[in-house]
Amino acid sequence: MAEPPTRTTHALREELRSRRLRVGDLLRTTLSAIDASDADAAPINAFITRGGSQLEEQAAALDRSFDSGDEARPLAGIPVAIKDNISVRGMPTTCASRVLEAYEPPYEAAAVRRLRDAGALIVGKTNLDEFAMGSSTENGAFGPTRNPHDRGRVPGGSSGGSAAAVAANLVPLALGSDTGGSVRQPASFCGVVGLKPTYGRVSRYGLVAFASSLDQIGPLGRTVEDTALLLGVIAGRDRFDSTCVDSPVPDYTETIDAGVEGLVVGVPREFFPEDLDPHVEALCRAALDRLEALGAVIRDVSLPNSKYAVPAYYLVANAEASSNLARYDGVRYGLRAKDVQSAQAVYRETRGMGFGPEVKRRIVLGTYGLSAGFYDQYYGRGQQVRRLIAADFEQVCATGVDVLFTPTVPGVAFRLGERINDPVQMYLSDVFTVTANLIGAPAISLPIGDHDGLPVGGQFIGRHFQETVVLQAAWALESTISDRPLTGGV
Amino acid sequence: MVGAGVSSSYEPVIGLEIHVQLKTRTKMFCGCPAEFGAPPNTNVCPVCLGLPGALPVVNRSAIELAVQTALALGCDVHNRSVFARKNYFYPDLPKGYQISQYDRPLATGGVVELPAKDGSGVRRIRLRRLHVEEDSGKSIHDRFVEQTAVDLNRAGVPLIEIVTEPDFSVASQAREFLDRLKRMLEYLGVSDCNMEEGSLRVDANVSVRPAGSDELSTKTEVKNMNSFSQLEKALESEVARHVAVVNSGGVIEHQTMLWDPARGEARPMRGKEEAHDYRYFPEPDLPVLELADDAVAAAAGTLPEMPQEKLERLVRQYGLPAYDAEVLTSTHELADYFEAVARLTSDPKLASNWVMVEVLAVANERGSSISDLGLEPERLAELIAMVADGDLSHALARQVLSGMVESGTSAEDVINTEGLRLIKDSDELERWVAETQAENPAEVERYRAGEVKLLAFFIGQVMRRSKGKADPERLRRILEKSLGSDPSEDSAMPDTG
Repeated sequence: MAEPPTRTTHALREELRSRRLRVGDLLRTTLSAIDASDADAAPINAFITRGGSQLEEQAAALDRSFDSGDEARPLAGIPVAIKDNISVRGMPTTCASRVLEAYEPPYEAAAVRRLRDAGALIVGKTNLDEFAMGSSTENGAFGPTRNPHDRGRVPGGSSGGSAAAVAANLVPLALGSDTGGSVRQPASFCGVVGLKPTYGRVSRYGLVAFASSLDQIGPLGRTVEDTALLLGVIAGRDRFDSTCVDSPVPDYTETIDAGVEGLVVGVPREFFPEDLDPHVEALCRAALDRLEALGAVIRDVSLPNSKYAVPAYYLVANAEASSNLARYDGVRYGLRAKDVQSAQAVYRETRGMGFGPEVKRRIVLGTYGLSAGFYDQYYGRGQQVRRLIAADFEQVCATGVDVLFTPTVPGVAFRLGERINDPVQMYLSDVFTVTANLIGAPAISLPIGDHDGLPVGGQFIGRHFQETVVLQAAWALESTISDRPLTGGV
Repeated sequence: MVGAGVSSSYEPVIGLEIHVQLKTRTKMFCGCPAEFGAPPNTNVCPVCLGLPGALPVVNRSAIELAVQTALALGCDVHNRSVFARKNYFYPDLPKGYQISQYDRPLATGGVVELPAKDGSGVRRIRLRRLHVEEDSGKSIHDRFVEQTAVDLNRAGVPLIEIVTEPDFSVASQAREFLDRLKRMLEYLGVSDCNMEEGSLRVDANVSVRPAGSDELSTKTEVKNMNSFSQLEKALESEVARHVAVVNSGGVIEHQTMLWDPARGEARPMRGKEEAHDYRYFPEPDLPVLELADDAVAAAAGTLPEMPQEKLERLVRQYGLPAYDAEVLTSTHELADYFEAVARLTSDPKLASNWVMVEVLAVANERGSSISDLGLEPERLAELIAMVADGDLSHALARQVLSGMVESGTSAEDVINTEGLRLIKDSDELERWVAETQAENPAEVERYRAGEVKLLAFFIGQVMRRSKGKADPERLRRILEKSLGSDPSEDSAMPDTG
């Protein structure tokens, strides 16, 4: 069996176009690599569902169109994995939850449709924390995903399956979703690149809602350039998502090597607390030194209200989740409790067996935070803090700062089971990522080195709809790092 | 009327909440048809089924209809309003929440004036708010044994909710208000307003207080009235219940009452079913609904004439009695029809009589609308002109009208084919008069003895003989002459109506 391809999307495209590589072969090696990654005492378990027979036909059609020389679509023949909370026709969408048992969406997410239009092969659906609620991909109905760099450790979450699939070279590209860091945190833990676009940059239509005002679909790739390419395909206005913004989509790859000469990089002091893991801090400081050497202007800044970001995030996210998850009631699709005598009992039993403990915890907390008499104190307060943090960010931008640079996560991937019973510790791994979601700004995580063989990620946060700037900064930093872990040891 | 017995001590305080289905082609947040009556669960899609990942998109035409309604009711339409989720579990509510509006509704304020029946000024019913929301599906309890089925065709159909202040002090006022509101909505063309099909639904809040007081007592909510007359009955019954409870020293509990039309009584819903905390919060899937001033102004510019305005104009422009104008403005269609006829005739009052009495009677007989009669205003105007010119008697004209509707032809054609022309030939008339007098010698005697009102009797007899075709004017002259009466004597024409 051939080795799974470790090339970047750009390299794969070139090989497919020159016909040194055929789509059919690429598909077969991809699917067998996925199988191989799970045929182990400690399986990576990146996928919940693997694509079926219709993929062969697609690949054959793509090969014919490559052979005739008129295949020019940006992702033609490229295998892409989709987080299993994004609707794909012809495959179940489980959200790693029992409550969605046997549910197969009769429609497709806008982002997936764009991928197909761009010629991508949707090779499977990746594992996640149930309904994207978690930071370790341990909270699902189908077992945990393991970190390809150390199978005793978590890949991060909730897009752990997508990050692990890219890190293990199973696929070059994947989609995740990011509500409080769910693309960037696993990207950081797995040593890949992950981007959360500006809220409204990518249509959420077909993304199973967790917290509607925070959710964004985001691309994961092995390089900044690949990630930029994938973003360009999925971004843009969609008339089925009223929160999706009609703002032009530039070719993100075209200017990606513009450099950082004169770019003002803000370093928010709240993101470098005294108890920050010194290895993480050192790698971040080194990254800043390299950016400075490339001509960037490094400036200390402050987002004073960001210290309330985690509590504000959980108030808002849980409240919205409690409402978004009300539809899983056993009436129309998915799991339904049997032998019950009333509508109330259908709800109680279905939801009781269908949801895992973390989802239940958040529904209870969120319901409480919206209740009469508590709204102002909880949900309302969370939204208020959001506005304050946004104002802090505006103020920093107004002083000429182009992007912020921070660690993505305060540490490296933790051990499987280490935090599963300590929700607060689990929630704190989002401490540096939630701010971008609360203010709706674009943010990227890229590998900036490793500690004891485990990847460490750095994060750029940009102004709204300035993905171009974020990608340019990340590309420049990436180009200074030669020893980042490209493969995950499959 | 229950109020009569209690009016000395207690005064009802009633407010209404009205849900109106908007007549849009598609649903509030998706492209599914909003029509009534399709086979169950056929007008559905991922959005209105509440499938995971589906998102709402606002139907602009629903907003336009809501804005028009708000403007017509004199509400303040807000430049920014906010959709909110109303969270509750119910099998026919696919998302587990209804998208509605809460603390930032589309419109607030507004007034509907109810002229008092006795002409003693108007009663002003203040409106609290008007907002836009989506309908739920329908639970069907009687189709399967011991099971409830759900039809989601209605889920997502656009609604407006209109909430009044508690400004009604008699149940009949509430009904009168609804009649007016319904008429306005029909004029605007925003809704079918069909209570049977559920496109108009009304709930009421009821409390009572000592007459003359302005305190507000504990209220109950009354639901499940399926017609305006049931609503009036339900309100009367609930007011009576409140009074009885208070009089017997009891306390009214805040609860929801379900009206049972069959038994004619309201029963409390069980507490558990109404213990709702809806946990409203702004709908994060939809941006703030922005309406620019010029868009609102443009909508105001396109508003059709409202019933009250039209009524006043008909009185002014055509010199009609208020009663006629009230009848003619009961529907937009009828008023338009009248005006088309009136423009073609020299006597608007005569046109009014014909439209509101004869034409409506024919329409009612046939159970059809005015437009279905196929009676073009030009043709009716011709008929009316014949009556005005004395070419047809009123009685004959009614027969002609009936023939016109039957055959779809003109008055002239009907007169020709059915021989309904007025008989003016003196010889023929005189022959009938002579025959009639010969058959009724006693009446002739009495007439000649001074009982001149018997003229009407003779006219009637001749009319019967002529099958209604005798020219009444000529007949009268011939009769008077032949009976030898004094032509200056005032006697009434027979009322052929």
